[in-house]
Amino acid sequence: MSQTPDTRCHLPPTSPANPTGALVFDRVVISLDGAPLVSLNAQVAPGEVVSVMGPSGVGKSTLLAYAAGFLAPAFDAQGEVRLGDRRVTDLPASARRLGLLFQDALLFPHLSVAGNLAFGMPSSASRRERREAIEEALADIGLAGFGERDPATLSGGQRARVALMRTLLSRPQAMLLDEPFSKLDAALRQEMRDLVFQRIRDHRLPALLVTHDRADAEAAAGPIVELAAATEAPAGAAWQGARRASR
Amino acid sequence: MAAADTSTFSRLVGLAPALTVLLLVAPVVAGLAGAAAPAFGWLPVLGGEQLSLAPWVSLANTPGLFEMLVLSFTTGLISTALALTIVVLFLGAFADSTAFVWLKRLLSPLLAVPHAAAAIGLAFLLAPSGLAMRLVSPALSGHATPPDYLFPGDPFGLALIAGLVVKEVPFLLLMSLSALPQCQADDRRHLALSLGYSPVTAFLKAVLPSLYPLIRLPVYAVIAFASSNVDVAMILGPSTPPTLAVSVVRWLGDPDLSMRFMASAAALSQLGITLLALACWWCLEQAVRWCATPRLTDGRRNSGQRLGSLLGGGLTWLSVTLLGASLLGLTLWSLAAFWPFPSAWPTPLTLANWGRALPGLLPAALDTLWLALAATALATILVIGCLESEALNHRSMGASATLVLYLPLLVPPVAFLYGLVQLQAQLSVAPGFMVVVLGHCLFVLPYVFLSLAESYRRLDPRWAQVAAGLGHGPAAAFVRVRLPLLLAPIATAAAVGVAVSAGQYLPTLLLGAGRLTTLTTEAVSLASGGDRRLTAVYALAQLLLPALGFALAIGLPRVLHSHRRALLT
Repeated sequence: MSQTPDTRCHLPPTSPANPTGALVFDRVVISLDGAPLVSLNAQVAPGEVVSVMGPSGVGKSTLLAYAAGFLAPAFDAQGEVRLGDRRVTDLPASARRLGLLFQDALLFPHLSVAGNLAFGMPSSASRRERREAIEEALADIGLAGFGERDPATLSGGQRARVALMRTLLSRPQAMLLDEPFSKLDAALRQEMRDLVFQRIRDHRLPALLVTHDRADAEAAAGPIVELAAATEAPAGAAWQGARRASR
Repeated sequence: MAAADTSTFSRLVGLAPALTVLLLVAPVVAGLAGAAAPAFGWLPVLGGEQLSLAPWVSLANTPGLFEMLVLSFTTGLISTALALTIVVLFLGAFADSTAFVWLKRLLSPLLAVPHAAAAIGLAFLLAPSGLAMRLVSPALSGHATPPDYLFPGDPFGLALIAGLVVKEVPFLLLMSLSALPQCQADDRRHLALSLGYSPVTAFLKAVLPSLYPLIRLPVYAVIAFASSNVDVAMILGPSTPPTLAVSVVRWLGDPDLSMRFMASAAALSQLGITLLALACWWCLEQAVRWCATPRLTDGRRNSGQRLGSLLGGGLTWLSVTLLGASLLGLTLWSLAAFWPFPSAWPTPLTLANWGRALPGLLPAALDTLWLALAATALATILVIGCLESEALNHRSMGASATLVLYLPLLVPPVAFLYGLVQLQAQLSVAPGFMVVVLGHCLFVLPYVFLSLAESYRRLDPRWAQVAAGLGHGPAAAFVRVRLPLLLAPIATAAAVGVAVSAGQYLPTLLLGAGRLTTLTTEAVSLASGGDRRLTAVYALAQLLLPALGFALAIGLPRVLHSHRRALLT
């Protein structure tokens, strides 16, 4: 599936992975019915979090959907997304190795907590390795012994942490974050921001964060791209914002 | 999408819509053609090698033809109008009540009752010596012997209409319930209530105008069914003359093979009478719309409130009670040894009838089961394939696909199944299990689709996206995420499929050439005989199979997901 040598499964979840290079949005323009909707030209270095901000409806999530491989057929996209020297936009969604975090934790309700973590792990690992990695990951987020629990019995913060670990255990080479803190209450939100951004730096993953909350972007401590609504300011304005990020 | 997905899984899934269309359209078109040729004298097997109008002339000369046509037409339209009125008034009068919650729970079991079983139950309940008359005799009615009235089989088809209504109400109710969220029914109703409208009026003025277009196809399917069904009409309808559809089946079974030319013409006439009923209904729609539109905004807050809530409540519970009492009556008859007229309870209760029936019952039950399982498996796989293909391609089927789905429900089965039998004979395809399975599939597939589509389309697409983000392709996302998450609705859809297949009479009879005996074919043929006890046993057995299916569909996900709270609600 990937061109990089597979050394993932033996690494404990919290140790830094091999940096795979920058996540590059190379002159990406997404249009709907021929009209440009959103565009981005940005380079995200390993360990860096670029925040894409803008009002709702501006197409922030569409950008992530394009990078992750879920763009609805109604949209047209130009440009490409690269991860190191791989053009991920040529690959099927399941081979892109981009870790996703959504507003909701989206823990599979039919699997246990451990089952959710195992779901994302490479199948090359042995049963014992998988179990150990899961136990270690759970201990790492303060949920030791929670493996057999039903995800429905976890609190919102616990679910968010499991979702983060599930993504990290799949050894992604970059992260795409779609408003991942917006449904958490205020106290929890700061805690999760710290955890997520810390892990992204530890793993030296390039990350793109889409948010409408300025505090998220400030906590990410990376470049900020402001997107404007396409109807008010056409593609040019979005490009301008993008240039600030690409530096 | 930039990266086209060409895995084996996607290609297989991509085949499903085409296969489904082929399975639903080809038999209907071929069947109609197969009925049309002999209707104009062309049937080389029987020496018909010249086009002629002779079959139509002999049909026109058949005594009672006009009565047959009128009977099919009126019972179809009246029963549909009654059922729709009941459903609409009930939804208006009871939308927020506990009665509504209760009826919703009763809906699946009520739908699972096969038409023939309901008809037999109703016949036993309301007949002169039926349970209803026994309950009021002799104390209230004064009858010490069964009174003299004709039921079932009254010349106006009232028994037939009653039988059709009790089975159509649950179907239309289910279709309405799944359409209500699409027209923001609760918000609109609450808004209208806050503006001072009474509940029924609020529903009629604020919700119904948007709801009706969403349930129009199901209503048309009900008209088509009611004007052309065979099994209910055989059990409850008049016999001299019967409805046209029943006559077609009788002429087809006539030992005089030359009758088949006339039967073909009659089968086409059945299509005509159903189309006429649909056209009349369409005109009625326009008339109602023309009369009602100005009243929507006349500002009256109580139009139809009193009468609506009275009728809505009364008639709904009447039809549910009739169905329930029918089943109770069937149970009593199946356990009765000696049950003289005015006594309401048979003594002693005995299992002797079941024991007597068992040697014939078991093989029929097994045949019914295998047919139902095969047809349901085929239909469910195709339906899931179609829905998965929608999900993979991010587009849902258009209006034409919906029409294809409804095709076997809109064209009278007696018209095209009969033509298929002619074709079957000409192409010398042996009648048997596989042909009947395909025939059942025609009717099972639409119901399985209607039952599953809503849940499948509503499933959050992010589940599959999470799976892809974690490195799993479409096949793994389907098997490991979508299927387990949809286990409960898939099981329910399969149970619906089993119920539909188990209730099929005409396809089994015609395509199986009488060689396949199912519980339904046995129950229908017993119903015309005199043995009530044996008939009751078969009708109940016919009902037990779908009931078992629904019990499994409810129980299985609960067992498999017993430790997963989020999936149990």
